[in-house]
Amino acid sequence: MLYGLMAEFDNPDTLVAASRRAHQEGYRQLDAYTPFPIEELHEALDIHHTSMPLLVLIGGIVGGVTGYSLEYWVSVVAYPLNIGGRPFHSWPAFIPVTFEMTVLFAAITAVFGMLALNKLPMPYHPVFNAPRFALATRDRFFLCIEAKDRKFDATATRRFLESFGPREVTDVEQ
Amino acid sequence: MNDSAIPELSGLRRAALVLGGMGVLALLVGAFLSPAQFFHSYLFAYMYWVGFGIGCLGIVMVYHLTGGGWGVAVRRLLEAGAGTLPLMAVLFVPLLFGLHQIYEWTHTETMMADEVLRAKLPYLNIPFFIARAVFYFAAWIALVFFLTRWSREQDRTGDPRLAVNMRKLSGGGIVLLAFTVTFAVFDWVMSLDPHWFSTVFGMLFLGGQALGAMAFVIAVAYLLSRRPEFARVLAPTILNDLGNLLLAFVMIWAYLSFSQLLIIWAGNLPEEIPWYLHRIAGGWNLIAMALAIFYFAVPFLVLLGRRNKRQHHRLATIAVAIIIARLLDLFFLIMPEFYRDRLSVHWLDVAAIAGVGGLWVTMFLWRLGSQPLLPPNDPELAPALARKH
Repeated sequence: MLYGLMAEFDNPDTLVAASRRAHQEGYRQLDAYTPFPIEELHEALDIHHTSMPLLVLIGGIVGGVTGYSLEYWVSVVAYPLNIGGRPFHSWPAFIPVTFEMTVLFAAITAVFGMLALNKLPMPYHPVFNAPRFALATRDRFFLCIEAKDRKFDATATRRFLESFGPREVTDVEQ
Repeated sequence: MNDSAIPELSGLRRAALVLGGMGVLALLVGAFLSPAQFFHSYLFAYMYWVGFGIGCLGIVMVYHLTGGGWGVAVRRLLEAGAGTLPLMAVLFVPLLFGLHQIYEWTHTETMMADEVLRAKLPYLNIPFFIARAVFYFAAWIALVFFLTRWSREQDRTGDPRLAVNMRKLSGGGIVLLAFTVTFAVFDWVMSLDPHWFSTVFGMLFLGGQALGAMAFVIAVAYLLSRRPEFARVLAPTILNDLGNLLLAFVMIWAYLSFSQLLIIWAGNLPEEIPWYLHRIAGGWNLIAMALAIFYFAVPFLVLLGRRNKRQHHRLATIAVAIIIARLLDLFFLIMPEFYRDRLSVHWLDVAAIAGVGGLWVTMFLWRLGSQPLLPPNDPELAPALARKH
């Protein structure tokens, strides 16, 4: 069964142009694979609305609240110590821990959130069936239009991809 | 005054001329009516405006070192801002007439009476103070002079060696700027309380000045963004970068301010803690709270949002808010030293900001009009114009 059609490009500009055009044509189930991040691709494929920022923000807030509460509980409830006559609840001293916990929780949320949203680890993915796909980590740029796209048509989509002058367009098996 | 090439900025120019003229007149009147207040307000306004020039110089040197599409759009604005420093050297002169009204350490009998202050006399004395100021301005003006000369030559010839020259000068220049600004604010602001010291004080000013300069160029670039070529180089991705830099400077300022507070609060030493005690009493605490909210919390939260950075009018709005909040920052750093018991705002504070600001903005616009608004031979310009959106 066909997973999709994979076009292989020599340079990022053609890939961006092809991606933008494909999105304009109405293709929605498609993805691009490149050896390095290309900022314009997000615009071209219109995929910058992910829930990552929100997740990281929530992670950060949870971390900050946890850090401050921990300090408060230790200094005021569990182990109240008189340090230089200062009040037990001395907020300036709590800020470094609060800050570090905010960063820690936000960073952990970012790493694991990224893995989860990308459904990683993923032991099998059909795009690796494309014969030269390994070059996506070196110097080639790939665009794959998936067969589940409503607009997908084996011949028309192939013709569309070939119109950008790729090195080749290959069938990707499921 | 030839800025007829920039009709978008004629409103700014008119405001600078009108407000600046009224401010200078009011300052002259105030200098006779209440000389002490005049010098206090003048120092406040001077430190506010000189910071934009220093900040612009620092950021343009960072740009020469790092490159990047963010810099090419605002390079001319930064260069024009740095180009105001010769004017600021001239405007420093009035302060020399008020040293006795401003700095307690100029009174030798006070200094001799206190053992700690006596030990500081070899550094805190008027001849050395003036010699140091001359050195700071010489260093800054030399940096501006060479950067401007090479920049004009680059416009004319496009010689690629000039970019290398600017990069090499900027490498050493950044270090020189960091040291001279640190000592300049030690001399001009920290010595207002000759007992008090904070080693992070120089960095605190550098961070604040970079923040102010970044906000200023973002706001001015917005006025210019109706020009098609400017709109092109100020693409959403570039605005995002500028917004992120602004966010970074907001965080640096907050980080350093809090570090100073935490260390002094934790140490609680008699020669350090009074600086904060003055600033949490008599209404000054209102300024402290306003700073925490409007100079940190609000810009920080707004600049986290991606859309707020990528739309120029939103970014410019927050930039203008930062420029205004910076007034509070300088007011908080300087004025409690003169009015320790209670918050005091004088009409001369407003007049000084307007007067010095009018001259500063006029100088800025004059320098801005003297070169093309986008550097034609900057290696970053062609890719910036070619970018498709």
